[in-house]
Amino acid sequence: MTDPSIDLDAACVDFPIFDAKSRSLKKSVLGRAGGRIGTESKVPIIEALRDITVSLRKGDRVALVGHNGAGKTTLLRLMSGIYEPTRGHAAVHGKVAPVFDLAVGMDPEISGLDNILIRGLFLGMTKKQMATRIDDIAAFTELGDYLEMPLRTYSTGMRVRLALGVVTSIDPEILLLDEGIGAVDSEFLAKARDRLNELVERSGILVFASHSDEFLADLCDTAIWMEHGTVKEFGPLREVLHHYKGRDVLAEHYAHRDART
Amino acid sequence: MDDSSTGRIRPVIADTPGSRSWSRAFRDLSQGWKQRALWGHLGWQDIKQRYRRSVLGPLWISISMGVIALGLGILYSALFQADIAVLLPHIAVGLLIWNFISGCVLEGSEVFIANEGLIKFLPAPLSLHVYRLVWRQTLFFLHNLVIWVVLMIIFPHPLGWSLLLAIPAFVLLMLNGGWIAILSGILATRFRDIPPIIGSVVQLLFYLTPIVWSVDILSDNPAVAERAQLVELNPIFHFVEILRRPLLGQATEWRYWLVVGVITIVGWTAGLICMRNYRARVAYWV
Repeated sequence: MTDPSIDLDAACVDFPIFDAKSRSLKKSVLGRAGGRIGTESKVPIIEALRDITVSLRKGDRVALVGHNGAGKTTLLRLMSGIYEPTRGHAAVHGKVAPVFDLAVGMDPEISGLDNILIRGLFLGMTKKQMATRIDDIAAFTELGDYLEMPLRTYSTGMRVRLALGVVTSIDPEILLLDEGIGAVDSEFLAKARDRLNELVERSGILVFASHSDEFLADLCDTAIWMEHGTVKEFGPLREVLHHYKGRDVLAEHYAHRDART
Repeated sequence: MDDSSTGRIRPVIADTPGSRSWSRAFRDLSQGWKQRALWGHLGWQDIKQRYRRSVLGPLWISISMGVIALGLGILYSALFQADIAVLLPHIAVGLLIWNFISGCVLEGSEVFIANEGLIKFLPAPLSLHVYRLVWRQTLFFLHNLVIWVVLMIIFPHPLGWSLLLAIPAFVLLMLNGGWIAILSGILATRFRDIPPIIGSVVQLLFYLTPIVWSVDILSDNPAVAERAQLVELNPIFHFVEILRRPLLGQATEWRYWLVVGVITIVGWTAGLICMRNYRARVAYWV
């Protein structure tokens, strides 16, 4: 088996924005008879990502920082293979486990256990493999009897526990985490952090988008700073965060850690 | 230290096939097929979901179908002054098949739109959603098949070995459900007017297809016998006939199989071309 890798070469993601009119057949069929009406016949395009050239290898733990709308989530989706680049190239090797929107891929009407199973199957597990892991996941989530209840009775934090429990138990080679996992309480966060750390050590690549500097510092060593759909800076986490925030936010954090060790 | 991505290793992109290639399209289909456990489970879940917390559960599928078939059977055999022992099984079995076809066509055009969340948030082959749809419709059909069994007990038909033809016939129906979902699903994701168009066409087709009426009855009436032959132009007619005839113990005619075979080949060709060219665009369009 080859090591997991993510290679993006000048990759672009352009979204066509169809408004109600241009998304209909009327434009394509009737529009032809009336001739072109200025720019109206063209579909406006949003360049969500431009010229992304990134190469990640086994052991890379990358933080994704940037303002809202800078393209962090889109980049994660590009890395997961959901979007194929409209221009440029992308090659992703390895088993990808994304944790994006925590509500998606989960059915609110069925029980937590069933959701664990479905999520696992989506991530490429077999039913048998999931059966052997389910106790481990249940123990990790600490949800106990709640796992028998339909998911709609869960709080956001409980859903996060479930989603994290699944991805961290299936040994993915590439783990893509989007912000939003901050909804869990600090005790569980510490536990999840340990488990994610273990996971990254064991397997391949972690890309983590978050606004929590501390969490990033714990899990990542490098960072990508996204701005307006391009990579503004790619380098060691502390430096990138320093430039991004305008001050050395991690100085204290690292001082603490150094003192501990 | 480096200040940008250029300082790091340049990505090595092997000669992988691009987004618009046959190999990617076929890989999507085969990877979707490999995830049988997933769509098999989801298909069941869809059915259980619909009847959650009801006492009879999925049995409602058979019951509601039975009620409609019985009602229409009685009504139309009275209207056409036909023998209920002949027309009722004809209508009921026709309805079963029609339900499968219309389910594939109607839900097919919404297959990607309805799964927007899954497509945008979990990487999975597109064909997975198509397999799930056809599987769900197959499960509905199998539930409804109970009605056929009951009818065969009440109104015995001369069922022979030709009944076995029902199996390849149904496989053909499933295959056609696949390309219809791929083709109309992708096009409808781009052009959102397609689902309502398909909706009204399907409704019209129900009346154009001999389900609540029968070609034999019309052929007996010299005034409309000639016009009744126009039904041969309706492709759905052939799909219904290849399966209905074996189920009712009637002799099949190879003409139906030929038409269905040609449609299957042409349809899959169109579906695969669409898959090759627009597979990667669906995530952008939903």
